[in-house]
Amino acid sequence: MSAFKVEIRVMPRASLLDPQGQAVQHALHALGFRDVGGVRAGKHLVVELQAANREEAAARARAMCDRLLANPVTEDYHVAVETA
Amino acid sequence: MRRVAVVVFPGSNCDADTLDAARAAGSDAYYVWHRDTDLRQADAVILPGGFSYGDYLRSGAIARFSPVMQAVTAHARAGGAVLGICNGFQILCEAGLLPGALMRNARLKFLSRPVRIRVEAIDTPFTRGYERGEELTVPIAHGDGRFVADSETAALLEAGGQVVWRYTLDNPNGSTNDIAGVCNAGRNVVGIMPHPERRNARVLGGDDGARVFFSLEARNATQHAGDMRAVDGRHLRV
Repeated sequence: MSAFKVEIRVMPRASLLDPQGQAVQHALHALGFRDVGGVRAGKHLVVELQAANREEAAARARAMCDRLLANPVTEDYHVAVETA
Repeated sequence: MRRVAVVVFPGSNCDADTLDAARAAGSDAYYVWHRDTDLRQADAVILPGGFSYGDYLRSGAIARFSPVMQAVTAHARAGGAVLGICNGFQILCEAGLLPGALMRNARLKFLSRPVRIRVEAIDTPFTRGYERGEELTVPIAHGDGRFVADSETAALLEAGGQVVWRYTLDNPNGSTNDIAGVCNAGRNVVGIMPHPERRNARVLGGDDGARVFFSLEARNATQHAGDMRAVDGRHLRV
């Protein structure tokens, strides 16, 4: 078993209204960042776990996303495994 | 007299009002702690409003894994009546007992004010005491109240008459199809974002929410609004 650090990105699904991202976008425009065309706000989680290999670590992280970390109705997720 | 279990999660804050409203309607209501696994022969289960587990991760996402939820799920699968109010609605969606999800209000602000809703379905255990199309004033108090469902699910909800309440004057949170509350296909599991337990007596500004609880005391599933009469401001079963 080795220690892995898994970086998990959870984002609101693109088809859904993301009021938080919109509010950040408006604030950036107000600050003069006129070049900003869109902002979406999500969550970033860092999970430390023990696994036999990278594939197993990724599979465990995806299972965590499916059961708890992401809502399948409203969110998509992306898993990236790093060796701790 | 129905036995009504009001589930208390860490962070629930409408549990006492909900218990009171159920008792005022004549039910034998009692608390069940979220670690309990026995609903003590409940006829109906109510998940009250609040901020279970601080709304961490997503509203209701952690509460759905509380030990009591296995018993609530078994009760629901057996056809037992379950009502989720506000945070309770969020928990039922997270648990997959109701379709859809509740997201941040479209204009981000936490909203605490009365709203107007229309009763769209009266064939649920919690709306039997209303007339179809009746409009009510009940308060909302939520930051994550925007009901969303993909277009296919929303169409199924509409076609199946599973929209139980709808916002009328304005849609406070940007919910799909102005939805304020829904039920499952079996019609025994119901969720509502506004708080009927906060509007169950004239001293609270109105009693439009009271019949959610009186509906449980209606004697059988075929009973309709006409079977409950208001006498001197009190609802009597006849």
